[in-house]
Amino acid sequence: MLIPRRDIEFQVFEVVEAEALCARERYAAHDRATLDEVLGSARRLAEERFLPYAALTDVHEPELVDGRVRIAPEARVALRELGEAGFIAAPFDAEVGGLQVPQVVNQACNALFASAHVGFHGYSMLTQGVANVIRVFGSDEQRRRYLPGLLEGRFFGTMCLSEPHAGSSLADIRSRAEPLPGGLYAIRGDKMWISGGEHELSDNIIHLVLAKVPGGPPGVKGISLFIVPRYRVGPDGGLGADNDVRLTGLNHKMGWRGTVNTALAFGPNGECLGERIGEEHRGLASMFQLMNEARIGVGVCSVALGYAGYMNALAYARDRLQGRPLGQRDPSTPQVPILRHADVRRMLLAQKSWVEGGLALELYCARLMDDLATARDAGEGARLHGLVELLTPIAKSWPSEFCLEANKLAIQVLGGAGYTRDYPVERLYRDNRLNHIHEGAYGIHGLDLLGRKVPQDGGAALAALAALVRETIAAARSDGSFSQEADQLDQALGGIDAATRRVLGAMAKGEAERALANATVYLEAVGHVVVAWRWLEQARVATRALGTAGAADRAFYEGKQAACRFFFRHELPRVGPQLALVASLDETPLLMPDEGF
Amino acid sequence: MRKILVGVKRVIDYNVRIRVKPDGTGVVTDGVKMSINPFDEIALEEALRMRERGEAAEIIAVCIGPDDAQQQLRTALAMGADRAILVKHDGPVDPLVAARTLHAIAQKESPALVIVGKQAIDDDAAQTGPMLAALWDRPQATFASKVEFKGETLVVTREVDAGLETDEVDLPAVITADLRLNEPRYVKLPDIMKAKKKPLDVTDLASLGVDAGSPAQVVRWEPPAQRQKGVMVKDAAELVDMLKKKGLI
Repeated sequence: MLIPRRDIEFQVFEVVEAEALCARERYAAHDRATLDEVLGSARRLAEERFLPYAALTDVHEPELVDGRVRIAPEARVALRELGEAGFIAAPFDAEVGGLQVPQVVNQACNALFASAHVGFHGYSMLTQGVANVIRVFGSDEQRRRYLPGLLEGRFFGTMCLSEPHAGSSLADIRSRAEPLPGGLYAIRGDKMWISGGEHELSDNIIHLVLAKVPGGPPGVKGISLFIVPRYRVGPDGGLGADNDVRLTGLNHKMGWRGTVNTALAFGPNGECLGERIGEEHRGLASMFQLMNEARIGVGVCSVALGYAGYMNALAYARDRLQGRPLGQRDPSTPQVPILRHADVRRMLLAQKSWVEGGLALELYCARLMDDLATARDAGEGARLHGLVELLTPIAKSWPSEFCLEANKLAIQVLGGAGYTRDYPVERLYRDNRLNHIHEGAYGIHGLDLLGRKVPQDGGAALAALAALVRETIAAARSDGSFSQEADQLDQALGGIDAATRRVLGAMAKGEAERALANATVYLEAVGHVVVAWRWLEQARVATRALGTAGAADRAFYEGKQAACRFFFRHELPRVGPQLALVASLDETPLLMPDEGF
Repeated sequence: MRKILVGVKRVIDYNVRIRVKPDGTGVVTDGVKMSINPFDEIALEEALRMRERGEAAEIIAVCIGPDDAQQQLRTALAMGADRAILVKHDGPVDPLVAARTLHAIAQKESPALVIVGKQAIDDDAAQTGPMLAALWDRPQATFASKVEFKGETLVVTREVDAGLETDEVDLPAVITADLRLNEPRYVKLPDIMKAKKKPLDVTDLASLGVDAGSPAQVVRWEPPAQRQKGVMVKDAAELVDMLKKKGLI
């Protein structure tokens, strides 16, 4: 089931105020009616071309047949419609063939597609990411050659970082790029875990490949980035000869099976040509441009899958008659829907608070990206860029943990039925499990947040975030209706401050290993505080709207208020002990003898 | 070159569970998602295909409804209609009033063809097309599943109880679209933006000289009876017996 229309409308237009963006020059071609139409078109495509095949491509996963990948033909139809409708091009600049749809609406569309069929959505997510790298770092000629195909959905993109022996540690990759006369490079190497690496869903596949040019510095500083098409592309965008990229195997995954995952060999016959994109030895920085966007995209997928699970669990709980209220033992009385049982209500509220909180987090990040794209001056731009950088590891990781937890509870609500393949909740759980791992595993993002993003620029980004949270706290106190929650959030913010000071102090003394030993716990706690903040914002918007709401909307807004209270009472209290643990610089895992495990 | 007029009704979206107002005066539309009647979408799609084949030059989408019905006309323009006319009218649209309205516009615009859905999914009346043909005194072919031009006539395959019937009608004519006529296209994002610049004229029944009265009176709205609990039968023979007893076969 898809993310419901009412919540998309609430989050996009009432909370992050997408319509206000249309007053800015970049988005002037849009208004509320066109944005509604874009969201409506996405929903219809998702319902008719994505959702019906989610179970099919799970059971019939991609197969290797005569060296080619065979995927359900419905995938090609769905993705061709998606590209032709303009959803891949949507957020891009008009000058490269895009439609300058605000990111808040683009990511809401992505959430709809992912909630319908995350496997199909994977191809377009990667393609948007690859197109963005070429737009930012590519030469004019590279843009002319590759962007039209990517934005129209005739070419799909991939990102080729990992190798069989080097996953999270990119310093150790072995792929080589030998310069050739004329400016091209001969690419040779093996890549692993490549999503969308080989298929017949698009006319061509554009790989972005990390490789080392001989003679460069060791480690990550010697990595360059290359455009390596499956079929060579002429200056006019026409397709040429095979480019010697070979499929060496498929990975058989637990979930997310609609997106084929491959092992690839580049240049096994010495015939693979690549074009360098950006400067030599600066490839990783360029790739991180794609990674940041992909990471927010992964967060969106996590939310979408958790949300789809919640909708299924909710529908089941409303329908399924089982048991009687506690205290009512008379077997002649009718059974009640399981929605009436306290613990089922708790599980549903937990799911609601995680998935709607997660969606609010992702759309807030999208709004920051829109603000960044329309920043008035360099100072505002730097502040917004810092905020996006700081929130990226949280936007990627928090939903991958808590919206997966939502999928767990969705199965629980269905009981034994949820554990069978008769219902989609077990598939949604398996699909979502990947988000905890790819685009930087959970633990990597703890290190990214605490070891890199927080200390960067003298802690400016964290200070900017705290200032925004304090604005909401002050506003909630003056509204009066959520002042208790405002106090609780203020206290949690103080906890972050204290823990951060202790950790940064230890890092300044050169104790990096000890300081960062609990970075994952810190990531989780900061994530909870940020989501609590977004819940407080949602509750404030809902409270204001209740004044004039009709009957149907009243229930919706009251549900938002209740979910906010639930998050503050059942979830936010985790944060105090977590931050205290981080501040204590606990070394228990480090001190454990290896032999003691 | 030919003009085609397409009737586009604003109805409660097919995904919405309909609720009757407690006082029986209508159904709840407050905060409910509204869409183009799916059969009218098929009608519009057929007109678009005719234009793409060079068989028509201009497509005009017409909707009778409140101000908010501009939404549905914008969608029609984004799908590809050239211009749109909103005939303002609050409350339910009676098929006879709809037929009179389309007739008034047909007299002004002189289309070669009027295509409407075979019925609207809200009242399921299936009367607008036939009534329009009668008022306009032109041929009609309802429940069309295939439509082809043959010179200045139209060959229409119709879905009837006995199977398929093929008729040839002179132009101008009225066609009503059945489900299998085509599968409407997805709206493309660039077309959504182009639609903003297409003309959308607003008028009302009085300006068109349309009589808003109708001999049909809505007495009361009621939800259908709740489904009764089922009975398990042990075999086909018992099933047949039960059906016979109930007078169903």
